[in-house]
Amino acid sequence: MENKYANRKLIISGFIILVLIIFISRLFYLQVPDNHYKRSAENNATRHLTQYPSRGLIFDRNGELLAYNKPVFDVLIVKKEVKEFDTLEFCRIVEIDKAELIKKFRQIKSRFKPQIIIQLLSFERYSLLEEKLYKFSGFYTQTRTIRAYAKPIAANVLGYVGEVNQKTIDNQPYYQSGDYIGISGMEKSYEREFRGNKGIQIFTVDVHNRIKGSYKDGEYDSLALVGANITTTLDARLQAYGEALMKNKKGSIVAIEPSTGGILALVTSPTYNPNLLVGRERTKNYRKLAIDSLKPLFNRAIRSSYPPGSTFKLVNALIGLQEKVITTKTVLPCNGGYRVGSFHQHCHHGGAVNFIYSIQGSCNAYYSQVFMRILKDNKFDSTGIAYQNWRNHLLKFGIGRKLQTDLSYEREGIIYTKEHYDKFFKGRWRPLRLVSMAIGQGEIGITPMQLANITAAIANHGYYYIPHIVHEIEDRDSIDARFYKKNYVGIDSIYFPPVIEAMELVVKAGTARRAYIPGISICGKTGTAENPHGVDHSIFTAFAPRENPKIAIAVYVENAGYGGTWAAPIASLMIEKFLNDSISRPYVEERILNANLLDVKK
Amino acid sequence: MKRSSDVINNIDWITVLLYFVLIIMGWANIYAAVYNDEHISIFDISQRYGKQLIWISVAFILIITILLIDNNFYENFAYLLYLATIFLLIAVLIFGTKVHGARSWFEIGPIRFQPAEFAKLATALALARFLSTFGVKITKMKDLAIAGLIIFVPAALIVLQNDTGSALVYASFIIVFYREGLWTWLIILGLVLTTLFISVLMIDIFYILLVLPPLGILIFYIVEKNRAYALVALIVFIVINGTLYVLNKYTLSIDYTYIILISVFLTILVFIFPAYKFKLKTFGILSIILIGSMAFSFSVDYLFNSVLEKHQRTRINVLLGLEEDPTGVGYNVNQSTIAIGSGGVFGKGYLQGTQTKYDFVPEQDTDFIFCTVGEEWGFIGTTTVISLFLFLLLRLIYMAERQKSKFKRLYGYGVASILFFHIIINVGMTIGLAPVIGIPLPFFSYGGSSLWSFTILLFIFIRLDASRKEQF
Repeated sequence: MENKYANRKLIISGFIILVLIIFISRLFYLQVPDNHYKRSAENNATRHLTQYPSRGLIFDRNGELLAYNKPVFDVLIVKKEVKEFDTLEFCRIVEIDKAELIKKFRQIKSRFKPQIIIQLLSFERYSLLEEKLYKFSGFYTQTRTIRAYAKPIAANVLGYVGEVNQKTIDNQPYYQSGDYIGISGMEKSYEREFRGNKGIQIFTVDVHNRIKGSYKDGEYDSLALVGANITTTLDARLQAYGEALMKNKKGSIVAIEPSTGGILALVTSPTYNPNLLVGRERTKNYRKLAIDSLKPLFNRAIRSSYPPGSTFKLVNALIGLQEKVITTKTVLPCNGGYRVGSFHQHCHHGGAVNFIYSIQGSCNAYYSQVFMRILKDNKFDSTGIAYQNWRNHLLKFGIGRKLQTDLSYEREGIIYTKEHYDKFFKGRWRPLRLVSMAIGQGEIGITPMQLANITAAIANHGYYYIPHIVHEIEDRDSIDARFYKKNYVGIDSIYFPPVIEAMELVVKAGTARRAYIPGISICGKTGTAENPHGVDHSIFTAFAPRENPKIAIAVYVENAGYGGTWAAPIASLMIEKFLNDSISRPYVEERILNANLLDVKK
Repeated sequence: MKRSSDVINNIDWITVLLYFVLIIMGWANIYAAVYNDEHISIFDISQRYGKQLIWISVAFILIITILLIDNNFYENFAYLLYLATIFLLIAVLIFGTKVHGARSWFEIGPIRFQPAEFAKLATALALARFLSTFGVKITKMKDLAIAGLIIFVPAALIVLQNDTGSALVYASFIIVFYREGLWTWLIILGLVLTTLFISVLMIDIFYILLVLPPLGILIFYIVEKNRAYALVALIVFIVINGTLYVLNKYTLSIDYTYIILISVFLTILVFIFPAYKFKLKTFGILSIILIGSMAFSFSVDYLFNSVLEKHQRTRINVLLGLEEDPTGVGYNVNQSTIAIGSGGVFGKGYLQGTQTKYDFVPEQDTDFIFCTVGEEWGFIGTTTVISLFLFLLLRLIYMAERQKSKFKRLYGYGVASILFFHIIINVGMTIGLAPVIGIPLPFFSYGGSSLWSFTILLFIFIRLDASRKEQF
């Protein structure tokens, strides 16, 4: 009787063993296979304090400060620690309304991690808050710097800085939510140099987020590395002058130093004050600029594809000489235009036109014939191949492709491929259909940057350096290697002097007499581009002085009329400002400064 | 004099050694859990590890006292001790101090004392005494009722103190009952119903209903050892269920739980005739159990979700540890699994734990002391502790079985049952296998009352065991 149930001791023991084996298995599962619990534990018990380095400063070529940093203050919150507080007082101090505070509070998910709740507090607000911070449990402050601009110029060149988006955070582990990153202009293309490196201090914290000490004796801490200062090729005075001249005009000025490719000035108009896009007002201001019909955020200098107009005759002249379809002795007829059958390219010269005069007087008929000769060149099996050869010349000039400058969001411009026309002509090329390209009209588009670059190549007798904005990066021996390389445009240097000769005559006694400045030999070419947006664009490109050129410039004034009327005098003022730092013709300057060409009627 | 040397000689030193090892490990972990740089002296009595040293010293005095008391004292005074405890449990309801929402403490000067801790051992003694009385049989309804009452009264009083966790410990005496011959089916039924009850509250009823039929078929297979029938039954069930599921999806779109119910009925219908013909008795019983279980799950689910008010629901959830921390359900368990998991195989090293030291784990020196073991000593440490406990429990069962006296055996099982329940619930909750019920880990958790009560519980048995050879 007593022992009837004695075997149950085995069942009981077995049950105990079973349960404890299950426990050990569970512990094995928790503790042995992977370390994600370890990571959770470290997240739990450490606080990462980021030290934000200040961005590198930006200087102009003469060492004048363009962009610097000013301190701002963020308010952080650790939700778990927040106790009841006087919301009204808090809102008053940080200048925010209660509804917004509540909204922001709700948006913060983590209860344990410090999160930014209010950004970019001014120093005054910050000091006020610091004083009262003891009243607001769970709130902390953090200092960082934002951009500030010494002068309200070059906004589109410098670009702006903003918060990183989620995509960047996902792709680049360096960035974390709330970090700043260069979004456009130099700030974008030189982000790595500017940003420096964030420093990090890791502390062990207890459950109340109180710092208990340094994590692993600072083994994983790193110091913040200040961003590199960058000296640009810009000339701040010239830039400011260009922006002043372009005020109340749509268009762009690009000035390049031909001997280096350094960008002296890059004006896009209308523009904006770069200080608008920093700080707490940034979003509001950005929205305003983004919907402005004049598109101040649009960098016309590198993004706008304009017809080159008659300035393109320079290129066709050079290609014609190089391909030997003409010589500098070639004389072609112009009887008020170029006629083939029913086709008529209007022109206003009478009789015979020689090479020099074709540029000086900008003869449409002359270049229509040159272009036809290029396309019908017997060297090539077909017009298509001749076209392709011509197009290859253009590509070498930097037309129809990105120049690979160091400015972000550069555009290619337009020049269609042979294949495009093969398709368009269905195999039977009719070169007459393309003849408007002879004079820079039709299916061709270039950016002011590309035009300035072509002129720089002419100034250099056949090569250019890729235009760039960066002159020197702090603590580096050199800038990118591509900016030191001579890019030959594929035209023999012997062909340049006659073209340059003609260009000088354009200013002295041709279509750009308004650009003439005694004592400075300016070589230029006007352009007047028909376009679907209204009045013709006024175009002028030039370099000066003729010997040992210091500046190559392209000016576009949208819908303003003849190239000689507006673009030429603007370019001449820029050239004079740069070379002499004084203006000899104040009446010209005054006329330009006062002109409002935003709304010109035909 | 001769008697006491006999006692010394017959003391089960293995158990005593296990006890000391566990006490020392427990203390070392309390030291680690509350360790901070400012108070490093182990004797600092402003700190809990300092206090625990005092409690341990007192425990040693208690041990000597217990060993000196006569062997027959405990059996003779079992009922008296029990009545005294009941009296204290009532008194504490009136005069007690509230700590953590439970009115279960007497406060006399600096010393706090929790009668519930001692009620366990008094109950174990009284139960052993009653069940060892000549002529009492657990299988007699009247005796079962009395035995049940002996357990129920203190448990109910403890529930009134709002300390449900400690009251649940009394369920562990079922092991003692079982050893003494309680029907197996009753135990299994109890286990099944408890499991179902908790499962329904923890998991969506849909999953439970989905698991039950295959489980029934599996049991059928195990009992009947008829693979063919089991397979056919499973296939028939799946086919019926699948067909209904697809049909339902495009027609009525009623709740899928009902589809399972209908499938089960249809499956049983299909098999009724062959089962009758081939005299498969288990089929009938299992079908009834299956339908019964499903009905039970449904009723619990319905009762819980439709009849009970929200605050009543919350209350049950909190009791079961499903809603331990109403502001962040699962926070504690989450933190404790992180702490234990972060220990890895070898642990972070003694005093190197961050999770426990910096208070991420709640109650890290009392209920969640096992986290410190897991974090600082790793898998090696947790396995060692569990093995030590396992060894102790098996040793206790071995000791219980070697008693000639039925009282001593019953008491031994009582001790093992109480310790076992504490261990599985306490360790289980830290690793997410048991609901969060705040009961201490024997010999490990900080606290005088619990340390002393476990010490007395164990050493009374060691004392009884030491005299096992005496005639009474």
